[in-house]
Amino acid sequence: MDFAIETRDLVRVFKPSRKILKRKKNPNGEAGPSEGPVTALDGVTTQIREGELFGLLGPNGAGKTTLIKILCTLLLPTSGQAWVAGHDISKDPFPIRERINMVSGGETSGYGLLTTRENIWMFSQFYGVPSKVAKARIDELFKTFGLWDKRDAKVRTLSSGQRQKMNMVRGFVTDPEILFLDEPTLGLDVNASRVIREYVKDWVRKQTGKTVLLTTHYMMEADEMCDRIAIIDHGHILACDTPENLRRGIRKDTTFRLEVDSLKSTSMFTGMRGVKNFSVKNDISNNTTSLTFILEDESPVSDILSSIMAQGSKIHYLQKSEPTLEDVFIRMVGRNLE
Amino acid sequence: MSAPTATSRIPHRLKLNLQAIVGRAYPRVVGANREPSWIFFEAILPLLGIAAYVFIYKALGDRALLGVTDPVEIARIRAGTNSLIATVVLGGTMVAFWLNVLWSMASQLYWEKEIGNLQLYMMAPMSRMALLGGMAIGGMFMTSVRAITTLVVGIVVFSVVLQVSNPLLLIGVFFVTLIALYGMGMMLASLYLLWGREAFNLSALLEEPIFFSSGFYFPVGGFAKFGTIGGAMLAFATAIPATLGLDAMRQIIVPGGPVLPIPVPWGQGAFLTADVEFGILIVLAVVFLFLARQTLAYLEKLARREGRLTSRHQ
Repeated sequence: MDFAIETRDLVRVFKPSRKILKRKKNPNGEAGPSEGPVTALDGVTTQIREGELFGLLGPNGAGKTTLIKILCTLLLPTSGQAWVAGHDISKDPFPIRERINMVSGGETSGYGLLTTRENIWMFSQFYGVPSKVAKARIDELFKTFGLWDKRDAKVRTLSSGQRQKMNMVRGFVTDPEILFLDEPTLGLDVNASRVIREYVKDWVRKQTGKTVLLTTHYMMEADEMCDRIAIIDHGHILACDTPENLRRGIRKDTTFRLEVDSLKSTSMFTGMRGVKNFSVKNDISNNTTSLTFILEDESPVSDILSSIMAQGSKIHYLQKSEPTLEDVFIRMVGRNLE
Repeated sequence: MSAPTATSRIPHRLKLNLQAIVGRAYPRVVGANREPSWIFFEAILPLLGIAAYVFIYKALGDRALLGVTDPVEIARIRAGTNSLIATVVLGGTMVAFWLNVLWSMASQLYWEKEIGNLQLYMMAPMSRMALLGGMAIGGMFMTSVRAITTLVVGIVVFSVVLQVSNPLLLIGVFFVTLIALYGMGMMLASLYLLWGREAFNLSALLEEPIFFSSGFYFPVGGFAKFGTIGGAMLAFATAIPATLGLDAMRQIIVPGGPVLPIPVPWGQGAFLTADVEFGILIVLAVVFLFLARQTLAYLEKLARREGRLTSRHQ
């Protein structure tokens, strides 16, 4: 098997339910603009190699979770094909389900009445893991993820961070060939996130035949962990390469970061000569605006500064920097990930 | 985890599904022990409902005894009263299973979706019937504990005399009734998930009529005395496994023969015997399990196609 995951022209369109259409019909009897079909994936073609830690970066609504749900056999594509572990997701879901697992950030799986250990054991039984093996794995994983003290605590007593660690244990207890991680460190503290990142990296790299597809909002996480990253927006894959190659792709560009007094408008930067793309982040509490510009060269800088000062805004700092993964994202998508 | 070869696939799947059944039954089984307050709410309180009927039947029996001096007649009336009370206690015991099917089993998949478990279940390689089977077995276990408590306390408190005429048939009828009932619950579970909250309204709408027509607290054969309407109610009632199961168990367990058994229209004075009811129950069990499998397969197809059934808030 060459690829752990392969997709070809995957399209997924969500049609609104009849109930929603009925409820939201506007007074003229026509469905409003937000009630039409939504194209979550629009021709996604990608190949993920066995043993790869592959990242999927994209803003909310980019299609990441839809793609994961299709690959986990929970959703059918509207058109196109996908294979996981060599099996067609539409025609042959059973062998795929035996080989995969998925963990989503913020999920609330299991039953509050059970202890954490019992809860994970229950899920392991749905994958046919022998009870003894499952119990040994659970103990080992609990120690790794710092949940050993909570092994006999009821699930309902866990904090959200502990719960997410338990979810990670659920993902690993079946020892899948392919693991889907959908924002696994969402809402976790720095230490817990670090433990999870380290474990996932080791799990893929110290064993053969293990593959991870990770979606994340955190650029640093994607940069640090992933062998390759695909940037996805509006259901399209805009770029797919190693983090280094993605950065190298825009190295010939110039990246400038500025912090200024809060700007009333940034529309003048759109289409400004030499500006390839830019992002804006407003900090309401400090009354400032942070801007990141991807420029063809340094020549537009004076125009940018003039435009800012024309609004009566003071410049706090201006910095030319090496491109980061975030800059790659801004150049591709035209906005920050948040 | 290494994948099984083609030759080992069937035993492998069987083992997987058996494990899944045990895994899913587990929360319900331990749940019964973790919160002992259920003993009061689910085993003791239902006795109040039973007691109301027992007191009515006792009062009627005592009234029938007024002025009767013949010892044979007194014994006959007392036996009749005991039969009615035994009918009520047995019915009250089986109510537990019916309520469990209607409100817990049937709504299970809906709640699993709401708490975020359903998509994890749908992603797992086990058979969906194993998932529902685990829920059913767990529910049966938990409810059996409640039912046995109700039965034992009912027998002791109300001094009921029972006489098992055919223990094997009794066991057979009991288990086939449970399989048919929970098969019905498994089918309803898929429908409830499909219809969402509307299904709960339907359940609330059906609860009392089904409760009444199943004859939990009286011999259901009495409907035959109400002509065509009574006949129609009997026909409706016999499609509910609890009706036939209860009637058959009463025939086997209540001393002195059946109290108003279910008559058959083609024979004067003939009624459905426990053997025949056992046979019908087997057919009902197979039909409900088959329908459960079909509705579940349809549901999964719909879930994958529409993407609206397995995720929360969709």
